[in-house]
Amino acid sequence: MSDMPSGMRYATVPPLLRLYRGGWRGAALWTDQALPGLALFALLLGVPMALALGWCDEAFVSKLGRFCCFAIMAIGLDLVWGYTGILSLCQAMFFTIGGYAVGMYIAMQGPLLGNGIPEALYVVSSEIGGMTLPAFWQPFGHLGFALLMVVLLPGLLAFIFGYFAFRSRIRGVYFSIITQALTIAMWLLFCRNDLQLCGTNGITPLKTFAGFDLTDPVVKIALYEVSALALVGTVLLALWLTGTRFGRLLLAVRDSEMRLRFAGYQPVWIKTAVFTLGAVLAGIAGALYTPQNGNINPADMIAVKSILVVVWVAVGGRSTVFGAVLGALGINLLYSYLTSVMPSTWPFVLGGIFVGVVLFMPTGVIGMWRRLIAKAQTVKAVP
Amino acid sequence: MSDITGGTRADFLQLTEITAVFDGFKALDVNYFGVDRGDLRVVIGPNGAGKTTLCDVISGKTKPTSGRVVIGEHDVTTWRDADISALGVGRKFQTPSVFDSLTVYENMELALPGRRRVWQNLFGSETAAQREQIDALLTRTHLIERRNHPALDLSHGQRQWLEISMLMVSGATLLLVDEPAAGLTDHETALTAELLSELKGDHTLIVIEHDMEFVRRLNSRVTVLCEGRVLSDGTLDHVSQDPKVMEAYLGRGKERT
Repeated sequence: MSDMPSGMRYATVPPLLRLYRGGWRGAALWTDQALPGLALFALLLGVPMALALGWCDEAFVSKLGRFCCFAIMAIGLDLVWGYTGILSLCQAMFFTIGGYAVGMYIAMQGPLLGNGIPEALYVVSSEIGGMTLPAFWQPFGHLGFALLMVVLLPGLLAFIFGYFAFRSRIRGVYFSIITQALTIAMWLLFCRNDLQLCGTNGITPLKTFAGFDLTDPVVKIALYEVSALALVGTVLLALWLTGTRFGRLLLAVRDSEMRLRFAGYQPVWIKTAVFTLGAVLAGIAGALYTPQNGNINPADMIAVKSILVVVWVAVGGRSTVFGAVLGALGINLLYSYLTSVMPSTWPFVLGGIFVGVVLFMPTGVIGMWRRLIAKAQTVKAVP
Repeated sequence: MSDITGGTRADFLQLTEITAVFDGFKALDVNYFGVDRGDLRVVIGPNGAGKTTLCDVISGKTKPTSGRVVIGEHDVTTWRDADISALGVGRKFQTPSVFDSLTVYENMELALPGRRRVWQNLFGSETAAQREQIDALLTRTHLIERRNHPALDLSHGQRQWLEISMLMVSGATLLLVDEPAAGLTDHETALTAELLSELKGDHTLIVIEHDMEFVRRLNSRVTVLCEGRVLSDGTLDHVSQDPKVMEAYLGRGKERT
């Protein structure tokens, strides 16, 4: 980002306005804004159409639905890392917590064993005979409460943790390390049976959601649509946010936090706000992911999962909203293709992509694309 | 923003018995340093004299080991940097520090007074008057052609001016300006001196500088710091005749005069 040539930042102009600015700039903006827009549109309408025409199967659509959730989580990290420069390594933890909140609700819908205890909890319990449902599970039987927790649990955790970390001016690699420590600690905690969150098994099987059978193909397609819609909504939210003065403050924090402080701003609140927003987006993504995936377990928040989000954003293009989406969808599609064709090559391919991007495309695919466009523009403009 | 009230003209900024000690090294040991409201004070001194530390102490970046800092009628000795800034103390750093990935205009926009809380930045934009004010300032500092370019693309002199312009638009009343002429061409230096002189009266300024030609142009009272202490004080002619000052500079090989 820091070595971006001029003319590459359009952040001050609202996205829709940019399209009807003529000339080369207009053409470039067409590829910059409209193409990703069309791609999202295709995701919303094209995919179900392709399914209806038999071009892809329902398993693929469901998979794509889960990848849309990953993309939402990636946009959250892009705001925190790409725009604000805070490398957070616990994004998958917020994702998993959101997933657990909805998973607990779904588990409470049955099958129930013993004294009305969800199967997933029952099988890992050591006191099968006299066990009763833990009190903190009770409210999760209500959909409204569970959905509230999807937002509130990751949001509050991020707010409190972020506030104290940023207030103590923990930044850079130190912040990354403590976020990683946090996710590992949380993983260890969730693995314990006596926490009564179903231990390492996690919450599984997940069968019915608000009366809908989650194995029903129609429900699966509907969940895909909801995820794709949520992704489009998140993209619009992020585009709007980064176009506001708040968006400029995020970049200002990244550029020179000290300068911002002496201009009278309090970076601690800006950072806490964006870190919390990133966590909430991840929580929502996890909540959408869980019913489509059929289970949620502590392995979803092992340290590597959060690092993968960083890789998606880096490959797609930091501090570009579409870059996060492109990276999350692209890498996961490649992953699912390669692991079915030649599974053993995947770690090398992923590593190769990452190293390649870091070395040759420090601004990611979208950054590279914009650079090429800017070059074409200057060449055309000279004669 | 600029709500520094009270205090008589003559005791607007007062530093009393200030010391700043780092690992046993006394970077600053000032008995009394006062600046009148609306004055421009130049602080000069050899390298390591404590000039930047003086600014750090006033702006709250560094807490003094002992002593009192009073701005207007506020004792700000223990205040947080952001609160001191909110009181109307603006600062230009020694190395120009602007927001690289923001455009020149956006840099100015963030410097505008008000809207310091997070939620206030989600909606609304600058008023037409503010936009005009920014553009007028950018025209003065010859930055108007670079208005929509990222600050990263600016030359060193342009970055200095952008930072000074940001101070001017911020509505701060006490300005701490650290080496505004460093690395500028003669022509750029002249304009910078002109801009700063213009601010005098409405603003109280402390300017740190090495460039004697520049100091002469500012035509203001000069305080000489050396090894953390106030060595001499008065007009430029007066201090440059002062034997103590001559010794301090000449004795150290007449560096950077």
